[in-house]
Amino acid sequence: MSLDKITLVRLKDAGIKQDEKWLVQGVSLEVNRGKIITLIGPNGSGKSTTAKIALGIYKNYEGTVEKFTNKIGYVPQKISIDWTLPLRVADFMVLTENLSADEIEEALSLTGVNHLVNKNLGNLSGGEFQRVLLARAISKKPDLLVLDEPVQGVDFTGEIALYELIKKISEKLNCGILLISHDLHMVMSATDHVVCLNGHVCCSGSPIDVAKDKEYKALFGDQASQTLSIYEHKHDHEHTDDGKIKQKN
Amino acid sequence: MFDDFFIRALVAGIGVAFITGPLGCFVVWRRLSYFGDTLAHSALLGVTIALSLEFNIALSVFITASVIALFLIQLQKKTNLPGDALLGLLAHSSLGIGLVAIGFLSFIRFDVMGLLFGDILAVTTNDLLIIWIGGVLILLTLRFIWKPLFASTVNYELAEAEGLKPDIAKAIFTLLMAAVIALSIKMIGLLLITGMLIIPAAFARNLSDTPKKMVLFSIIGGLLSVFLGLFSSLKLNTPSGPSIITAALILFVISLFKIKQTIKLKN
Repeated sequence: MSLDKITLVRLKDAGIKQDEKWLVQGVSLEVNRGKIITLIGPNGSGKSTTAKIALGIYKNYEGTVEKFTNKIGYVPQKISIDWTLPLRVADFMVLTENLSADEIEEALSLTGVNHLVNKNLGNLSGGEFQRVLLARAISKKPDLLVLDEPVQGVDFTGEIALYELIKKISEKLNCGILLISHDLHMVMSATDHVVCLNGHVCCSGSPIDVAKDKEYKALFGDQASQTLSIYEHKHDHEHTDDGKIKQKN
Repeated sequence: MFDDFFIRALVAGIGVAFITGPLGCFVVWRRLSYFGDTLAHSALLGVTIALSLEFNIALSVFITASVIALFLIQLQKKTNLPGDALLGLLAHSSLGIGLVAIGFLSFIRFDVMGLLFGDILAVTTNDLLIIWIGGVLILLTLRFIWKPLFASTVNYELAEAEGLKPDIAKAIFTLLMAAVIALSIKMIGLLLITGMLIIPAAFARNLSDTPKKMVLFSIIGGLLSVFLGLFSSLKLNTPSGPSIITAALILFVISLFKIKQTIKLKN
């Protein structure tokens, strides 16, 4: 553990009410530099809502939210873009930040869609669009990345590659990542800290601790717990770039 | 040089086209055409206030339209009525009040038709100054808020999450809308101003694949409409506003052929 822990965003007992009903409540978490924190939980458990509270999109929250950076990259879960706008991928890339052509090219190459740079955004497939969204979020070299199901609709091999990319990005940019995902297998290997939500924080901790937690088992079933533990167990090694096994020291 | 009424109208029209081009793109992108109508209808009230208080017309229209816009935002928060019903309510009631107020101003000779449809004879050198200075200010402001405004037009949550403060940009844009209506009312007339915002932008949409190109073509479309409209207005003795709008429509119809070709190429 590094001693100079830098917190980027901190939620303390945060929650939000709509029509007298809590969408999510009592969430405390912090995203630190260089760390990946993952929110898991069933549908409607308040994962996206928690992310939006942290981002400041929802303003009528309760509790405290402290944000220590304004350099943020966001991949929303749902995005409705009006396709009547004349918008190419290149225009979308510079939506919130001015980037040079090289920077655009570099970010799109990372997610494997640099050939689409001059295509109209409305003509992309779901998976291609998702890759563009991720490229846009990382292109501005943010301090904090908030990724709400960033690989939805991406093909299977692409999914693995993108998760590896996310892990690499967090190391390279030394940014903090708040990740939301349903994919327990993929996520757990890369995550430093897991928060399990179901309207409130059920349990949180390292992936292996969460997998053992009773509430987690109640929520996801024994099998999920086993896959998690197995996954953790399987990953006592790392791969070098050429695919060989690198022994941990 | 500005002695000739036609030159004055032309210079005023060029100024108007430069402002309505970029703003019109945002009106199309953000689906604000009925909002534009509402502000334009409230302009009549602004004009009557200006005439009865002997106040500058453009300034009075700008203030009235801004107040109506603020009022609309308040109504949206406080009622459960849908947006278009509120817009209709404000548009027609402000038009109604404006016309009633004109009825009381019988001591002033007043060209209602000119106000509704535009009158090139009415453009004074003073108006030219207001249009050009106001226009430069509007365009500089738009340039300044372009990034947050455009980002939130594409997706509000992205803009908000990444710290662009889209609400401020939206509020400023509303004031710019009020300002453009105030500046172009004499040329185009209050019933047709929204057409000058939308039709050149629609023409431009057919020809562009990027937002910046669309703004450029929208300005070009507006300029061509002003030239064609004003010359035919002079030759055929038609009111300036409808002539300009008709010219814009002709350009739009021509631009449809370009679309047809691109769709053919794709297949």
